[in-house]
Amino acid sequence: MLTGTLITGLGLGSMYGLVALGFHITYAVSGTVNFAQGSVVTLGAVLGYTLGVTLGWPMPAAILGALLGCAVLGVTVERLLVRPFVEKGSEAWLLATVAGGIVLDNAMLFTFGKEPRSLPSSLAVTPVEIFGTGIYPLQLLIPVVGLSVAVAIQTLFRRTDLGRVLLAVAQNADAARLMGIDVRRTVACAFALSALLAGAAGLLIAPLFSVSAEMGALFGIKAFAVAILGGIGSATGVVLAGLLYGLVEAGVTATLGSTYTQLVVFSVIILALALRPDGLLGRAAINKV
Amino acid sequence: MPSRSTPLTRRLALGACLALGLSVSGTARAAEPIRIGLVTALSGQSAKSGEAISRGIGLAIDEINAGGGVLGRPLELVARDDEANPSKGVLAARELIQRVGVVALVGGLDTPVSMALVPIANQMKVPFLGPWAAGTGITRNGAADNYAFRVSAVDALVDEALVTYAVKTHGAKKPGMILVNNAWGESNQQGLTAALKAANLPAAGIEKYEAADLDMVPQLTRLREAGADTLFLVGNVGPSAQVVKSLDRMGWSVPVVSHWGPAGGRFDELAGPSAAKVHFIQTFTFAGNTSPKALAVLDALKAKYPAIQSMADVTPAVGIANAYDATHLLALAIKAAGSTKGPEVRDGFYKVATYPGLIKTYDKPFAPGQHDALGPQDYVFTRFRNGEIVAVTN
Repeated sequence: MLTGTLITGLGLGSMYGLVALGFHITYAVSGTVNFAQGSVVTLGAVLGYTLGVTLGWPMPAAILGALLGCAVLGVTVERLLVRPFVEKGSEAWLLATVAGGIVLDNAMLFTFGKEPRSLPSSLAVTPVEIFGTGIYPLQLLIPVVGLSVAVAIQTLFRRTDLGRVLLAVAQNADAARLMGIDVRRTVACAFALSALLAGAAGLLIAPLFSVSAEMGALFGIKAFAVAILGGIGSATGVVLAGLLYGLVEAGVTATLGSTYTQLVVFSVIILALALRPDGLLGRAAINKV
Repeated sequence: MPSRSTPLTRRLALGACLALGLSVSGTARAAEPIRIGLVTALSGQSAKSGEAISRGIGLAIDEINAGGGVLGRPLELVARDDEANPSKGVLAARELIQRVGVVALVGGLDTPVSMALVPIANQMKVPFLGPWAAGTGITRNGAADNYAFRVSAVDALVDEALVTYAVKTHGAKKPGMILVNNAWGESNQQGLTAALKAANLPAAGIEKYEAADLDMVPQLTRLREAGADTLFLVGNVGPSAQVVKSLDRMGWSVPVVSHWGPAGGRFDELAGPSAAKVHFIQTFTFAGNTSPKALAVLDALKAKYPAIQSMADVTPAVGIANAYDATHLLALAIKAAGSTKGPEVRDGFYKVATYPGLIKTYDKPFAPGQHDALGPQDYVFTRFRNGEIVAVTN
């Protein structure tokens, strides 16, 4: 029972972390986030199903296609729903990205259909036994992928040119522009990367559960809670908060029953934020006057 | 200028409207359709069941209208999506009764929605006819003036049948319950507890899950540790599939006797190969049914809905069959009443004599205090095989 709870908690937790990392990246680079992240989770799974099952592509190609589709969507969201408002100094991108998510959800409802479908995976057929609990290989793979991606992103930021450019834009967009960095393209890249992470989360969890046009909505909300809880400016904080959230969620479900899960988990979040208003590893924003 | 012309245009428009309105109502009075409202889930996880209900009603209405309609008027269906949400269902029902002027409401796939609609039907004196939701309290609602009828299973009776089946087929001595945490699960918790008590059997435990839960291993582990030898499952198709997947992961091979939730969608695709292990209750199945009426209805369905190509497309058959029979019974009730007024139609249900239906031949199906047309003798146990729902034969 304990093993199962731990694996479920770490699995879902690392996925919350992955989606929340998407919030972190765009926030760090541009001070904005894509509130349609939950819908992008759905899009990843729906595209994976459509390409891999409906159209019969080989799975690796379907996965690449789905991720590419999500990245393109991320760029589109930035271009149409964020940039026009930010350039006018308006905060309306908040609502625009929420609205974009609703439009995307409904578009998927019309095209994909209303019924949940099953995305088969060879890694979720035969469970392996670990400490007396049956676990699919995919369940073990999920936290591994989640944490590797988090580490890879950190490396990307610290060790590569693209990462340095992203950091430069994050620190001072005007100075970066004077240094010859294309700020617009950098922000678009951040949104693409952010959507890619959400799509990857959707693809990873789909075989364990089912693919439906509404699977991502709650996921997006939880991931945003995780991002705030971790301190949206800190990548490590966001990933840790994701794992913590997943473990607490699984723990409450296992002990008290899922009727109390949301009640307890969100109360814990409120309490945590009351104690640490900037998130677990966040730093207070400094407003220069 | 505009201020002078506005009153004139308005008067002209008003006159035109009046003239048009009069002429429309004048010529159309004889053929004014009798409208029937449908409030059910047409989107979301149970969309396929909502579609089955719509098809059953649609086919019955075609047949009735081809025979000259009811009281010389054609029947017309006005459908609304409640998204499985009681408050949306209530809004839709009020709109249908007050603005569309429906003669009767055919309702809710989901028990929580139906439980919200029945008080409105009783208060507004508009007959409510349930073709699916099985919550005991829908028809047995305690109202002095009861307008709720049903052509479907009833939880209290289903639960007795589930317990009898579990004992007879699986030799159950200590069954456990895994139930969805809503009004439907509640209704069955009471029913199963009462049925187990009547059968003198202990319950290993009662576990609940939320409809959005993805992992039921914790609840199922508690049931296994409590020594459950059979599971009673109550839930819609999505979560029912998650229960089966969780059992697979645990490597726990326990007989599952289920209410009819799995019939509401592609259960065998969602749950995988172990879907076949779940035996669930139905009121009707097309597969292996050779009655002339069933074959005729199947052909008519294929002709009316070209999307139906194989038997896998007429699942859930209960939705089609219950709604089809319910619509014919409603037409007979309106005919017997000789009126479309709510209280008279309600009494019309009591006057329906015999109707050779799809599920069975109904003989005086309704009476005061007897608002359910189907009983345990009409239930069959089924399971999934290659996308079809087939009767369990053993």
